[in-house]
Amino acid sequence: MNQNKKGNGMLSYLTASPYILWMIIFIIVPLAMVAYFAFTDSNGQFTFEYIKSVGQYTNIFIRSIWLAAIATIICFLLAYPVAYILTRLDKNIHSTMIMLVTLPIWMNFLLRTYAWMTLLGNNGIINSILGFIGLGPYKLLNTQGAVVLGMVYNYLPYMILPLYTVMIKIDKSILEAAQDLGCNGAQVIFRVVLPLSVPGITSGITMVFVPAISTFIISRMLGGGSNLLIGDLIEMQFLGNSYNPNLGAAISLILMVIVLIIMTVMNQFDGDDDKVLI
Amino acid sequence: MEKIISLENVALAFDGETILNNISLDIYDKEFVTLLGPSGCGKTTTLRIIGGFLEPDSGNVIFEGKKINNLPPHKRNINTVFQRYALFPHLNVYDNIAFGLRVKKAQESEIRTRVTQILKLVNLSGFEKRSIGRLSGGQQQRVAIARALVNRPKVLLLDEPLGALDLKLRKEMQIELKKIQQSLEITFIYVTHDQEEALTMSDTVVVMNNGDIQQIGTPQDIYNEPINAFVADFIGESNILDGVMRKDFLVSMHGHDFECVDKGFNDNEEVDVVIRPEDIKITTPDNAKISGTVTNVTFKGVHFEMSVKSENFDWLIHSTKAAEPGSKIGMNFDPFDIHIMRKTKVRCCDNESE
Repeated sequence: MNQNKKGNGMLSYLTASPYILWMIIFIIVPLAMVAYFAFTDSNGQFTFEYIKSVGQYTNIFIRSIWLAAIATIICFLLAYPVAYILTRLDKNIHSTMIMLVTLPIWMNFLLRTYAWMTLLGNNGIINSILGFIGLGPYKLLNTQGAVVLGMVYNYLPYMILPLYTVMIKIDKSILEAAQDLGCNGAQVIFRVVLPLSVPGITSGITMVFVPAISTFIISRMLGGGSNLLIGDLIEMQFLGNSYNPNLGAAISLILMVIVLIIMTVMNQFDGDDDKVLI
Repeated sequence: MEKIISLENVALAFDGETILNNISLDIYDKEFVTLLGPSGCGKTTTLRIIGGFLEPDSGNVIFEGKKINNLPPHKRNINTVFQRYALFPHLNVYDNIAFGLRVKKAQESEIRTRVTQILKLVNLSGFEKRSIGRLSGGQQQRVAIARALVNRPKVLLLDEPLGALDLKLRKEMQIELKKIQQSLEITFIYVTHDQEEALTMSDTVVVMNNGDIQQIGTPQDIYNEPINAFVADFIGESNILDGVMRKDFLVSMHGHDFECVDKGFNDNEEVDVVIRPEDIKITTPDNAKISGTVTNVTFKGVHFEMSVKSENFDWLIHSTKAAEPGSKIGMNFDPFDIHIMRKTKVRCCDNESE
């Protein structure tokens, strides 16, 4: 018995080893290298200079957090009703609907974002249509609104899916019990569905907010030069004219810390996990 | 007693499949009514129509004199104990029970009084802070009952509430439920497929099959005077034989004529004859019109259950005396133990959806 247990332990350790190896090579080591570059100068000398100099980009940090937060909120407001309605639909069409929801992800990310450029441009489709009825042209492209739109469009499925996964597990009879105890439609949602879908909400927010705060393609293509985000800033340090990997590493490190803090705060709302299960 | 709920010619079909076939039923105030039948008979559907979760295709649902066919559940003065309790997993015992009162915006002080009171009634005082996941099945059951009763509904609907409990707990809860119903003077409408449960608790039993009501009556009526072979077979175990009514008070079955206490049939009408296994008396073969060979004897605690094979029928007998397997015995029964029923076509119950 005892030996058997030991054997199983060894086996599970062995089966996990490829991933552990992967994790060490591609996650731990690179992270350590980012930290190393952030705290050293080009000669390899220890320095706080780069970490300190990140302070001059506070504006960009605030803008990134702000736009990512707005996009996340819009995603949530759009996704929540969609996910709820999905769960109320006939089971047979669930997989079709889920496929439709995820369909945009199948298309190349760059292509999708390019498509928005042609839609939003001054001579784009939207302004052309508006022109027909005597409006515009409006400046749609190269605005913060366009960046948020791009984020919402690209990351919406990542909000819908976790919400749907959590909501589909809520027993229908629990909703009926709420009705039975006097809840109208809205009360059922606010008193029962919403608290029971908190785990889906937190993972949905994570899956939208984290990529949105560090994106650089969306802001570059839809935001023009004036709406630089952290992602663009980091990219410039590695691939741009202002080549400076040490500063890039420092910015990345601080971004990571900020995201970590925001996620920790948010997970507090997740509350007692075993309460929300089922 | 005054009527509290009436179903008038209620019918319902899903996808062209008839679930309820024009049923009518009156339920009186403070009554314990049980809807009894095999799965797929329409009993849960009937309950859901009363609760407001389903709307009948035709017919009327009357509550205290008012038609409530399409009144949503949250506007009905009716509460439900769901089959698998349906407790709110994100709330503790106290908040689960307080849920309905909070929705109705009751004062917190009144909520406290009423929840404490009801917890005492269901023997769960001290469990207020307990989370639902840390309750046993029986305790969850009590919370579900308390959560419904705390709203002081006129009518409580219970959908197989004891189905998930073990036998001993089920028996205890049967007695407890009956006590609660009597002390609170609330109408209980109870759905079960367990005939013993129905007989133990009910004032009135409604036997259903295939979307039709077969018989409505007191437990004694239903057991002693089943209206047809289906009811007889479903309520307790029965020997059901084909017979012919010679004339009033005389029936022919198994090749012999027997005196009975039934009349009002046509002469030579074909009938079902029902004899309860406990009404058969064992005697010596030459002392009885029917005799047979004992094929199997099982000890059941209170009695022995015996299978006896006669010329053309397999009998089931419950007796406190056991006969030897393989021995030949005679079977006697009194005229009032012979129940005569009109032949009804009992459609096969193959439809599991409710």
